Amino acid sequence: MSIADTLTLYFSYPFVRYAFVVAIVVSLSASLLGVTLVLKRYSFIGDGLSHVAFGAMAIASVFRMINNNVIVLPLTILAAVLLLRSGKNARIKGDAAIAVFSVGALALGYLIMNVFSTSANVSGDVCSTLFGSTSLLTLDEGEVWFSVVLAVLVIGLFIFMYNRIFAVTFDEDFANATGINADRYNLVIAILIAVIIVMGMNLVGSLLISALVIFPALTAMRLYGDYRGVVVCSAVIAVVCAAVGMLLSILTSTPVGATIVTVNLVVFIVTSLIRRA
Amino acid sequence: MTYITCRDLKLGYDGRVVTEGINFEVNEGDYLCIIGENGAGKSTLMKALMNLNKPISGEIEFSDEINRREIGYLPQNKEFQHDFPASVQEIVISGCLSKCGWRPFYSASEKKTAEDNMRQMDIWELRKKCYRELSGGQQQRVLLARALCATGKLLLLDEPVTGLDYKVTCEFYSLLSELNRSGVSIVMVSHDLEEAMGHANKILQISREQVFFGDKDAYLMSESWKSFHQHHKDHCHKKEQEGVFRYEHC
Repeated sequence: MSIADTLTLYFSYPFVRYAFVVAIVVSLSASLLGVTLVLKRYSFIGDGLSHVAFGAMAIASVFRMINNNVIVLPLTILAAVLLLRSGKNARIKGDAAIAVFSVGALALGYLIMNVFSTSANVSGDVCSTLFGSTSLLTLDEGEVWFSVVLAVLVIGLFIFMYNRIFAVTFDEDFANATGINADRYNLVIAILIAVIIVMGMNLVGSLLISALVIFPALTAMRLYGDYRGVVVCSAVIAVVCAAVGMLLSILTSTPVGATIVTVNLVVFIVTSLIRRA
Repeated sequence: MTYITCRDLKLGYDGRVVTEGINFEVNEGDYLCIIGENGAGKSTLMKALMNLNKPISGEIEFSDEINRREIGYLPQNKEFQHDFPASVQEIVISGCLSKCGWRPFYSASEKKTAEDNMRQMDIWELRKKCYRELSGGQQQRVLLARALCATGKLLLLDEPVTGLDYKVTCEFYSLLSELNRSGVSIVMVSHDLEEAMGHANKILQISREQVFFGDKDAYLMSESWKSFHQHHKDHCHKKEQEGVFRYEHC
């Protein structure tokens, strides 16, 4: 079968089309927020949150929730708010707090999944929560709409607050002095990150979601010197990488999440090398 | 016209008092220099004026002539975020944000304000350039243009020339004087005593408590100036001998 035939065949299945849509909207929203995250030195918050989301997912699976997101989303948002506060005035400093959260959630999640196992294949469940893998192809229409609605919300809010996010990211003191409540925007940013991570869980799994957030932003920062250029470039890279990654994973039967992240990684390395040369 | 009146301020962090008994006012057209030893609470006072931290006691009153948001702030020339991708025009226009209210994007008049300020600061040609690729003096002019977008009334500057070379420092100060002559009030924390005495019309010297507030001419006759100046000269002289610091007149 030729490549075109294979793709036509696959795209005749609704679940492949769903997965394609989800991959693109999730990557797009992750990359938009990623620029802010990288510039605010929040990259690790994304990583920590994804582990929290894993723990929450474990709890949800124990309760045999029909829709995991009912538990996972609020818990991850809560963790995002706590992590942001801890960066400021808690006794445990930012990076240590993130480590506590992420490792703690990871351990608890795995423990819960083992002890209260409801499925025959615990390691399979764990693996797919961590790395995405097969769950993407079993998305139903409802989950696709959930992702699309959240993505539209994230992208809409980002565009609406674009200038303020820039001001708060570039110089928090100045923003505060001119009457912009920087804390409020930091909070919104943290919540958006949490939402994106939960959206990305199904796509690439909790271990790999940070890659979707960070890689496009880092690549774009190597290519552009102005903020708008970086944001637009990061979005374009994310969408292209997601599409290419999806197609590759269909053609070569590789895990979707890992393939998309690898494509991102390759683009990052290639641009780095080109900039060096 | 009075812009800001500070009454019996006590400032500090986490309940620890840094300085107290601060009383002064800022009027339209003033050029006020805040001087004092390191750790005397100058930056803390600056932050209080910007509403970034609350005074432990006392009050800072803004008159009806000026809105709390009508303050242009110029931070120390710290190493910002050296990899931050931002063009000159993006940074300058961000000073207009407080005028936007809930409007998400800049209006034509705000874009015009940004352009005027960039032209005035002579950075219009650099507007598409990346901030991190500019020289120190150019970066300060970008931040000054941003501050001017936020206000035409009052600029707060916190040691604005730190890290700039002699020539650029002089250019920067004459730019400030020009702004002051055109009616912008200036409040500046400075290490540079000669400069402070050169351009300012009011002096506020603080230590654990307020040492002096008043006209520059009165300050130059005061005992506080004599002892502070002597101390400062010794200090600079010592540094000069160590070869780290060159102290010159502008």
